[in-house]
Amino acid sequence: MVHAPTLTPSTEESGPQPVRKARLRRRRGEELTKVLFVAPAALAMLALFGYPVVKNLLMSVQDYTLRTFFTGQAPWVGLRNYTTVVKDHLFSQAMVNTALFTIGSIAFQFGIGLALALFFRRRFPLGGVLRSLLLLPWLLPLIVSSATWRSILEQDSGILNRTLMGLGIVNDPVPWLNSPSVALIAVIGVNIWIGIPFNVTLLYSGLAEIPVELYEAGQLDGATGWRGFRYITWPNLRAVASVLLVLGVVYTIKVLDIILGLTGGGPANATQTLATQSYQRSFVDFKFGQGAALSNILIAVSLVFAILYLRTTRRAVDE
Amino acid sequence: MSDSVARRAVYTAIGVLILAMMLFPVYWMVNASLQPSGNTLTAGFLPLDPTFAGYRRALSEQGHNLVTSVIIATGTVVLCLLISAPCAYALSQFRSRWVSIGLLAILVSQMIPGIVIANALYTAYEKIGLLNSIPGLILANCSSGIPFAILILRSFMLSLPASLVEAARVDGAGLVRAFVAIVLPISKNSLITAGLFTFLFSWSDFLFALTLTTKGGVRPVTLGIYQYLGTQVQNWNAVMATAVLSAIPAIVLLIAAQKYIAAGALGGAVK
Repeated sequence: MVHAPTLTPSTEESGPQPVRKARLRRRRGEELTKVLFVAPAALAMLALFGYPVVKNLLMSVQDYTLRTFFTGQAPWVGLRNYTTVVKDHLFSQAMVNTALFTIGSIAFQFGIGLALALFFRRRFPLGGVLRSLLLLPWLLPLIVSSATWRSILEQDSGILNRTLMGLGIVNDPVPWLNSPSVALIAVIGVNIWIGIPFNVTLLYSGLAEIPVELYEAGQLDGATGWRGFRYITWPNLRAVASVLLVLGVVYTIKVLDIILGLTGGGPANATQTLATQSYQRSFVDFKFGQGAALSNILIAVSLVFAILYLRTTRRAVDE
Repeated sequence: MSDSVARRAVYTAIGVLILAMMLFPVYWMVNASLQPSGNTLTAGFLPLDPTFAGYRRALSEQGHNLVTSVIIATGTVVLCLLISAPCAYALSQFRSRWVSIGLLAILVSQMIPGIVIANALYTAYEKIGLLNSIPGLILANCSSGIPFAILILRSFMLSLPASLVEAARVDGAGLVRAFVAIVLPISKNSLITAGLFTFLFSWSDFLFALTLTTKGGVRPVTLGIYQYLGTQVQNWNAVMATAVLSAIPAIVLLIAAQKYIAAGALGGAVK
């Protein structure tokens, strides 16, 4: 009993020198391999996200213009780019438009998305197929959607105005994209259409995770219909909903393609947002320093929401 | 749960109606593409007298751009998967405090506007000569592909039992061989999902195409459409035909790869 064979494990722990060295070398090789698994992605993330953020911060305090490309000089100007863009008469309008665009888009995307998700939770023939076909607007290239909506909203010949006039709802064609007072509403409308499918998908999966037993128990207590939604569905959906809302803000606030495709920021700057302004300063006026300053303001705004997002996801994980 | 047959039929009817309303613009795009040349003033609700003049024109004017888009999107898929798959595996299986840092970096990257990336890449590309080049656009498009692919692949690889790879390791296979011979084949479905979405992201890219090209040589089809829209549109049928052609990948994806799509939508957003 005392002489039980304990020899094998002990050699495993502290074998003769050469074996240990070989194992050590192998482990070190292993560590190196592990690093190589991550290195390409880490480099790509640094090049595609790290570098741009740093470069934008630098450019925003430089007089970085088209001339810089020829002379190689971008004089330091401190915060002048920021004061220039903030004092510009378009800045406050762009801020208001960004806020309206984001809030309007998300409120309706979420509201309609929730209604449709609740509807598709009912079981009926073809329900699954219809729900997945609903995703199409979300998968289309944004510029394709923009082009299509341009043709639908066309003032004189677009099908929307022709239908509205045919039905006698309006007497004169509505200048959807040509009038400063309507264009922003039209652009928000198109963005709502694009965002609904994504909201339906996420909310539907959130609804699917609510245990059926809760509803069965609720039925006994008379929690059906609206009361069932209020006391069972909504509390259980809150985690998904808050993640979705904040994610929506972070994505919507930087939307650029749709606006460029539909109105290009016009008419009379009625649809300018921080993102389109930043694009215009950099790539139309070639004032990269000012464009960078604007996009940094954009990042700062969405950073606030990102912090919210991280906190909500953490809470969702904790629960 | 105990809905009657009649009631369910009503639900189906409502569902079809909702879908018809949501997809009307897509129908209109196809309809307008089949109309005779000119503006849409004459277009009825049905293409009763369909003509392919729009497509002929679209193919002759945009065919080259469509090929460019295919090359760029394919290149982006290959590069993204090569870079993302090993990283996703590392983030799912290796135990290290760097894992949470990596995941945080990916989350934060989602809020960086494309215009910030375009700004910086433009100045860098100008110096190293990647403006107006296919590799330049492939690299830029990886900014949407890589974080997404890593998240999708990781969420699948998290479900792999550690014993699977360990068995191979006992047989003397190195980390790389175990990854290539065991992990990748098992992850086939998630690789397909990530690849399809990366293709679609890259195919849909408009911002980088707009900002990182300055002259005609390399022009993805999204930019072609934008330039059609630039001034007063003269030939709606050609514009809409190009739009239909550009929508094909999305439609194919939706019909052929349906089961992957919901997975993609969920994996990319919630994780």
